[in-house]
Amino acid sequence: MSKQRTAAIVNGDPVEFLSDPGQTLLDVLRDELHLTGSKEGCGSGDCGACSVIMDGRLVCACLVLAAEAEDCRVETIEGLSTGSTLHPLQQKFLDHAALQCGFCTPGVLMASKALLDANPDPTESEARYWLAGNLCRCTGYDKIIKAVLDAAAELRQDRKSA
Amino acid sequence: MALVIADYADCRALTGGLRAFEVEASTVRELLQRIEARFPGLGDLIDQRMAIAIDGTITQDAHSAVLEPHSEVVLLPKIGGG
Amino acid sequence: MNKPVKPEDTSSILKVVGTRPIRPDGVEKVTGRAAYGADLHLPGMLIGKIKRSPHAHAHIISIDTRKALALPGVKAVMTSADMPDLAAEHYEAGESASNLRDLSANVMARGKVLYHGHAIAAVAATSNAIADQALNLIEIVYETLPHVIDVEEAMAEGAPILHEQMVTAGLGETPTKASNIATKHRLDRGDLAAGFAAADVIVETRYSSAAVHQGYIEPHACVASYAADGQTQVWSSSQGHFVIRGLCAKLLKLRFSDVRVIPAEIGGGFGGKTTVYLEPLALVLSQKSGHPVKMVMTREEVFRATGPTSASVVTVKMGAKRDGTITAAQIDLKFQAGAFAGSPVGAAVMTSLACYDVANFEITGWDVVTNSPKVAAYRAPGAPNAALGVECAVDELAEKLGMDPMAIREKNAVRNGVRAPYGPVYKNIGYVETLEAIKSHPHMSIPLGPNQGRGIAAGFWFNIGGESTVNVSINEDGTAIVSTGSPDIGGSRASMAMMAAEVLGIGVDQVRPIVADTASIGFSTVTGGSRTTFATGMAVVQAAEKLVTDLKRRAAETWGVEIDQVVWQDGAAHCLKAEKAPKGALTLAALAGSAGKTGGPIATVVALNAQGAGPGFGVHVCDVEVDPETGHVTVLRYTAAQDVGKAIHPAYVEGQIQGGVAQGIGWALNEEYVFSTGGIMENAGFLDYRVPVASDLPMIDAIMVEVPNPAHPYGAKGVGEVPIVPPLAALAIAVRQATGVRMHDLPLSPSKIRAAIDANAR
Repeated sequence: MSKQRTAAIVNGDPVEFLSDPGQTLLDVLRDELHLTGSKEGCGSGDCGACSVIMDGRLVCACLVLAAEAEDCRVETIEGLSTGSTLHPLQQKFLDHAALQCGFCTPGVLMASKALLDANPDPTESEARYWLAGNLCRCTGYDKIIKAVLDAAAELRQDRKSA
Repeated sequence: MALVIADYADCRALTGGLRAFEVEASTVRELLQRIEARFPGLGDLIDQRMAIAIDGTITQDAHSAVLEPHSEVVLLPKIGGG
Repeated sequence: MNKPVKPEDTSSILKVVGTRPIRPDGVEKVTGRAAYGADLHLPGMLIGKIKRSPHAHAHIISIDTRKALALPGVKAVMTSADMPDLAAEHYEAGESASNLRDLSANVMARGKVLYHGHAIAAVAATSNAIADQALNLIEIVYETLPHVIDVEEAMAEGAPILHEQMVTAGLGETPTKASNIATKHRLDRGDLAAGFAAADVIVETRYSSAAVHQGYIEPHACVASYAADGQTQVWSSSQGHFVIRGLCAKLLKLRFSDVRVIPAEIGGGFGGKTTVYLEPLALVLSQKSGHPVKMVMTREEVFRATGPTSASVVTVKMGAKRDGTITAAQIDLKFQAGAFAGSPVGAAVMTSLACYDVANFEITGWDVVTNSPKVAAYRAPGAPNAALGVECAVDELAEKLGMDPMAIREKNAVRNGVRAPYGPVYKNIGYVETLEAIKSHPHMSIPLGPNQGRGIAAGFWFNIGGESTVNVSINEDGTAIVSTGSPDIGGSRASMAMMAAEVLGIGVDQVRPIVADTASIGFSTVTGGSRTTFATGMAVVQAAEKLVTDLKRRAAETWGVEIDQVVWQDGAAHCLKAEKAPKGALTLAALAGSAGKTGGPIATVVALNAQGAGPGFGVHVCDVEVDPETGHVTVLRYTAAQDVGKAIHPAYVEGQIQGGVAQGIGWALNEEYVFSTGGIMENAGFLDYRVPVASDLPMIDAIMVEVPNPAHPYGAKGVGEVPIVPPLAALAIAVRQATGVRMHDLPLSPSKIRAAIDANAR
């Protein structure tokens, strides 16, 4: 069976890759493009460790067929910082110790970015429900939520002063 | 004279039901040798599968640990964790 | 051997320990650069996959792998015939004593399959797809057998027997009849009959909980490379790469020096990654194929074939006087071990009454094999199950006496000088202080509304010490490297750097902590048992201390004074005879830059077996609201106080408490292995195996009570395991308060609560 060729834009860079019909976007990101920041925790869209943003929409890369990424803009954890400057979300996660093993962290960060893109001033409850698709087994979510709300506040402040 | 306490049934099975007994020893290594001589099988059991608490401090495999003249030595199963 | 050492410092104020610096491995984790087991790619690497049993219990009649091997792209196939047949050998490794033969048979079935999902063969192929195809071409003939999973059914007369050679140990005389009961444990003290005779009130009660999985988000993953000369390398996400090395070497009869295990970052373990599943198979496949082999479990495989912890039944009979003094306790614990012997029932026996000063007790524990995956360690293994029964029984007793639940615990609380039920006399414990921290917390005065209830429960864990090796070296510019063999699963490497920085008197940003592989440093046992900050930390401090002594010697030589004329402070040597040191203090950087002139490189190693780990106590209070229509439980607020000794990095100590609480809440409310009548797990995925998500939980208030353990240089006690112990009972008791119904069988899922409310109403 011959592979399918797909062209997409990943973290702002044009890419082309070959994939089997059954391969997912997660498979391709990790195994073809060597962007191993997105993780496979379950392969069935239940844990969120593979969360990426596709054409502005938060998706589980394990539920997207590689070929579906044709002509799409995909943002992964590798594109969250700018050069060596961390995104405020990343910095707040470090400041608040919002990670322990770090495995869920890339997915949680991408989901949090999508949250703040859609809703720059979420309540604690809104943040918790938005992130309900990202499982963390280490932290109990407490410091994650605090970091997200703190980053939201900082981003709102930056926007005001910009 | 160390006072050795054996509350666990698998230890008492080897001491003939004795729950407490005295042993002359100044290190854990000596203690195990003397226990094995007096209650065959018990010294080995402790060595392989048990921890001992010396005056309240739990030690595991600390064969050079020193026993005071009137140390209390409690036998207890080895402890792991997760 | 350890010695309690106070780091030399002219001021008693700690400058680094107790602060909250950003962890040194943080940036790579928030940018996705950190390399976990599945992230490694080697040239020529094959994909390894496992064929698993479709039956819960069966004899293996034949395995035919020829068609699989013939498939283009398949480079190796293996069965248990490719692994050494070991005599029963006892090898103390990792979290619990493991019989190597059982471990070998668990990793790849030999003769019999003992649970649905049991590994029976494996292949290595050039792609995932080809490996999957190859598995389907392996032909296996089974003779199915009846199976048993429920622990009480497995103990009963006439139950299907898993191991024909297994007779029950601990019964006195050796039985002749085969049994599924591997061991009977027993601990007792005092006079039980007299104790109950002295009681004014007695409760007799029974609690159960289902098998639950550690639920780490990262599935098991490794890459193994077996070279033609027998030298091997394994990259693995584990809680202890030295233990992985030892187990692989023993299972495959290799020299330890020929197995180099490189620790990948690990995505959660909680005890479940202190053993091997994939590594030995990947090594065999690599040897047979001549290529490196990567093996990564799917989530389904993780549920079906690793962990979990024991389902259990706990019965408690407890008596007390009118004034609340507990006079007697009789406890029986039945634990499911899975396919091979070795549940944590022994620890459950030991911890059951650890919070209570009771003179007369008898505790019995049963280790029972069942046709389900072999249990693995899970955070304070055995203790949460026991605490569920005991804490709820204490609550029932309090209710019968009309006594406040906090008051009955205070009345019977263990304190320094009291003999622990498990043996030693307690010293330097902080249980009473932890009770007080909850009693005086504002949480306790928050008023409750309709359908709301409050539950209080206590918990205990021993914490361990154990073996660690640490290298500390000073670079030529005065910065430092701290190298340990303890995988970092929760931020411990930050604490290692902090402790070294404190002793050396330099900033924590000048200390680089790393986790070295098995060929680069001496042995360390697992990161588990809440041991790392205590034991590896102790070694780090001792190593830094040795360096300080060495640095003082070098300064003394440089100045021509005796070493007792030199003081080390704030990262520099100071001469007490000022006239001898006209250029002033000698900084670490200065000494490091001229190290060659004062004897050579500045480096040292400390290898120790840390003793004297201090036990930890936790007291939790939680408020719930139960929807009477749906039975759904909402956790409104949760406060967890814990005796932590000394919080080296408070944010990561809080993190351990919050994480353990969250797992306990999941265990109490939702998590369970659901088996079909055919012995197949029906909820082997995160959709139906329901762990807590962000919207299930409130903020978790972690209160750190610091009663130091003098055996550690900074007073630290292990913290990681205690927090999972109280929540099961705390939730059950809160539900009782909210609904008037006492739930005895966890999880407290909505349908069960609704049914109980209905039954109560009739």
